Amino acid sequence: MNPVSELIKNLADQHGRNRHNLLPILQGVVEQEKYLSEFSMVEIARELDLPASEVYGTATFYSFLEYKKMGKYIIRICKTITCSMKGKNQILLAIEDMLKIHVGETTPDGNFSLLQTNCLGFCHKAPAMLVNSEVYTDLTPEKVREVLSSYLKKQKEEKV
Amino acid sequence: MTASYQLKRADFIFKNENDWEQVLQKSISRSPQDLINELISSELKGRGGAGFPTGLKWKLTAEVSDSVKYVICNADEGEPGTFKDREILSMVPYKVLTGMAVCAHVIGAKEGYIYLRGEYFFLLPELNKSIREFEYYCKEINLDFTIRIFMGSGAYICGEETALFESMEGKRGEPRNKPPYPSNYGYMGKPTVINNVETLAHTFTIFKYGAKRFYDLGVQYSRGSKLFSVSGDTPKPGIYELELGMSLADFVEEFGDGDTKAVQVGGASGFLVPRKRFNETAIGFQGKLVGISLPTGGSMMLFNSSRSMFNVLDNYLEFFREESCGQCTPCRVGCQQLLKGIKAVKRGEKNAKYLDKLLRLTETMKLTAKCGLGQSVANSFSSIVENFREEMIY
Amino acid sequence: MTKNIKISINGIPIEVEQGTTILDAARQAGVIIPSLCYHKDLCIAGNCRVCVVEIAGQKRLAAACATPCEEEMEILTNSLNVLHSRKQIIELLLSEHNADCTSCFKNGSCELQKLASDYKILKQDFIRLVPFKNYTIDKFSPSIIKDDSKCIRCQRCVRTCAELQGINALTVAYKGDQMKITTFFEKPINDVVCSTCGQCINHCPTGALVERNYIEKVWDAIADKSKHVIVQTAPAVRVGLGEELGFGPGERVTGKMVTALKRLGFDAVMDTDFTADLTIMEEGTELLTRLKSVLVDHDPKVKLPMATSCSPGWIKYIEHLFPDFLDHLSTCKSPQQMFGALAKTYYAKARNLDPEKIISVSIMPCTAKKFEAARPEMHDSGYRDVDYVLTTRELAIMIKQAGLDFMKLDDSHFDRLMGESTGAAVIFGATGGVMEAALRTVYELVTGREIPFKNLNITPVRGMEGVKEASVKIENPLEEWTFLDGVELKCAVAHGLVNAHKIMELIRLGKADYHFVEIMACPGGCLGGGGQPIPTSPEIRKKRAEAIYAEDEGMPLRKSHQNPEIIKIYKDFLDHPLSEKSHHLLHTHYVARERF
Repeated sequence: MNPVSELIKNLADQHGRNRHNLLPILQGVVEQEKYLSEFSMVEIARELDLPASEVYGTATFYSFLEYKKMGKYIIRICKTITCSMKGKNQILLAIEDMLKIHVGETTPDGNFSLLQTNCLGFCHKAPAMLVNSEVYTDLTPEKVREVLSSYLKKQKEEKV
Repeated sequence: MTASYQLKRADFIFKNENDWEQVLQKSISRSPQDLINELISSELKGRGGAGFPTGLKWKLTAEVSDSVKYVICNADEGEPGTFKDREILSMVPYKVLTGMAVCAHVIGAKEGYIYLRGEYFFLLPELNKSIREFEYYCKEINLDFTIRIFMGSGAYICGEETALFESMEGKRGEPRNKPPYPSNYGYMGKPTVINNVETLAHTFTIFKYGAKRFYDLGVQYSRGSKLFSVSGDTPKPGIYELELGMSLADFVEEFGDGDTKAVQVGGASGFLVPRKRFNETAIGFQGKLVGISLPTGGSMMLFNSSRSMFNVLDNYLEFFREESCGQCTPCRVGCQQLLKGIKAVKRGEKNAKYLDKLLRLTETMKLTAKCGLGQSVANSFSSIVENFREEMIY
Repeated sequence: MTKNIKISINGIPIEVEQGTTILDAARQAGVIIPSLCYHKDLCIAGNCRVCVVEIAGQKRLAAACATPCEEEMEILTNSLNVLHSRKQIIELLLSEHNADCTSCFKNGSCELQKLASDYKILKQDFIRLVPFKNYTIDKFSPSIIKDDSKCIRCQRCVRTCAELQGINALTVAYKGDQMKITTFFEKPINDVVCSTCGQCINHCPTGALVERNYIEKVWDAIADKSKHVIVQTAPAVRVGLGEELGFGPGERVTGKMVTALKRLGFDAVMDTDFTADLTIMEEGTELLTRLKSVLVDHDPKVKLPMATSCSPGWIKYIEHLFPDFLDHLSTCKSPQQMFGALAKTYYAKARNLDPEKIISVSIMPCTAKKFEAARPEMHDSGYRDVDYVLTTRELAIMIKQAGLDFMKLDDSHFDRLMGESTGAAVIFGATGGVMEAALRTVYELVTGREIPFKNLNITPVRGMEGVKEASVKIENPLEEWTFLDGVELKCAVAHGLVNAHKIMELIRLGKADYHFVEIMACPGGCLGGGGQPIPTSPEIRKKRAEAIYAEDEGMPLRKSHQNPEIIKIYKDFLDHPLSEKSHHLLHTHYVARERF
């Protein structure tokens, strides 16, 4: 069995196969795969006996349910007012410079995707960002370089 | 200025209370009617921003007869500038859980949900642990009540209660037509109480200390204390519990950096108050206190004179353009027009009078949008454009 | 129990049933509140906000379609607040809409255009959003063209596809300014589960969803002197066409339609009703053969119930959603395709024409027929059996283009050879009609007696109930059919694919004990087809159905097997039902398709 199909089957076993179980299943796939492929959505539709279009329409409503291929680590920089006031753009530049990608892109090795997001709820510690579900606050260009270095190091170690 | 409009700190929400078991047990030994009366006499109003009387909400739902009802804690804290609910859930989750259980007892529900925004995924392990402990105790005292967490996935609009139900039902988070209201037709079409995290935490205070203790705080129409999320140009950003009814001037004196030009009260969907109106503005729910009175979910963003109000408005409108669910015309198209409109005026492609057309548009949005999001875009737009018109043009 | 409540609309007191929406109450009071996302066939959306009204004591305006009246409610549908807001909402819709009205297929019949005209939106100074959008036009389907730049996101099509048809080919995707109506992963409609029924077109207020039109091609063919252009008209067209040309719903215009077609220049005007009668002969015989295989020979390969196959929307639906159940379908082609195959064989031979020179056009209440005619297997005459399919609406356009004063035209008759028909064929246009026609013939074939219903009207299969059931007990059959003695022939009829789904679920679960089921893709059957005049509503469909049955009662012959041209074609050409020639020309096979 295809590992994604198996994942979806397991998620459906765990959460149930009703319409109201759709979101947890979509989230489960995204947690594992980082995004929802056409194949995943068809499999979910099949498993829950839903029209595939409904799965697609629902998934595309939620900004954390990506439907384009994403990197292993998804960086989401908060772009809402306070973070924006407190130097979000410098953080963004630092990351773009370090990873050599622009917002909306993924590094060629498939490790990092860079996105912007709306208010993360850390306005008192702006600027803030998420790397997957990990929060980093009070960012400065130096701090964000440190954070990314630790991820890059982790990547290298895993490779070895 | 009278004393009642001064800034007063309070300390209820985050005060560590190690007696939640007793509070729960004591509360559920009381009759639903008794508890509803207590809540009504406290005059607690919803702390999410809309300010609906909590006691009345519970009462209406309790009065509907149905074997299945739900209690939902709205933890989809997405309003820019708000971050208090996360702190409550990580510091004093048992207060919220107790509030939910008492509510369940009052309305006759057996299942509760916490709708937690996707951005707060990292809260899950601890929160789940608290819930397991809580449920264990419920079982011990024979209270048939379970709580599950439902994760959001990055959609501001899901904080709107009917959009939240839709989302929990596995659909796009699009607000429903109202009526019917949640007290009759909520999650899965069943009678549902949906309360903000902070509101539920306040019910703990009320059930523990009695309504009077709560009622004695604040001012007329705006009783009790409230958490404020303070951010922006302030030397001390953070979360503060303050009594309702303070004047904005007092607030700025406490939290400003000496150069405060304006305060955005209530987040992107709230109002911008310019310096010249700090004195006449009070933070509370309704009634003419000193001058204008603003409801708020607790977001207080301060801007000093280095900030361009055009950039602030541009940022808000960008936010709404993306976070509108898109189903209704005034909100979907209105947000695009407002954003493109101010840019066009700034660039000189439209003349300054076009701002008046946009102000009329926000009036239409306020009158006709399907839900609170579309209706409230007008708040920040008109308060910024009316007070800082020249910044929009030049 | 419903009680009445008192309200006032624009100061006029009226009493309405509790639960009535403001929109309906206003209509009762003779006040029209404009609306866009509201449609009588669909659930309430309340998202266009055009129907907002003011309610005394309320700060905000309310959507009239979604708000129930309450006791003592004072409603203003026309206050300055309402007018200003409504006008601005229309203006907002226009700013997002590609308003190239003069080059739009829906020019003159667009609801947004009408609103813009009614409210005189003369100064549109909102910024035009169209240039900022990546609007696309999907032209890949032979039936449906979807132009996103015309879409106002009322979601009528999405609700139609879900609620009436149960298919969900269309969905709402994304949010905010990106929100749009699309398909799974924005694929072309032709590549997804679409049945091509065209109900989305029938319910679309603008030009966002229209049929792919073949008007120019047909004009070209008519003008080409080397071509012999023949035309067939489906049963439901004659009760719908009038609506486009000045008549009210339910006007029978058969004779005028034939005259108009002749005036347009078609070389022969014949009738799909002829092949509807032929379908009854073939399908009726197929049913009896299947019954024998199952009841006598116990052949496990032969499936019951047998399902009708005249509705190409239904065929594509079952191919997508129930591909394992295609054996239940009758192998009969639809009347359109039978006609097409015969036009270039039987008709060509009889008229001594080179089939290559024949252009075969059909006028259909249907957009799925366009897809059907384009199916690769529909070439049994050796040529493409049906060259062009026009909807009822397209024919009306041609009649207008030709400058014919339709209401003043005289009646004329269809041309011979394939122009004769019976009342049994006419009722193909209404839900239950194929079943009724089949029963009239099959019962008589088996027993030698007329079916025992007063005036031949088999009323249990008529009407707008979503799923209808009927049974006929067979007693004292003719010798050949003794195995049917005492058999209660059980039938079911469904229209609208959401109802087809109910029957298919029963079959899938093995719980359907029917022998024969009739399924039509569209609500009300072909008379409510995706190619019929717009608007459509339950009332309009009811009137068209009444016209169909009136047409039937007025026919001298009402049973397919009595049709003299049918008798002739079997004598001269086909031999007998299910003959080898029949199999070759009149029967087909089906293709399993992807569900997702």
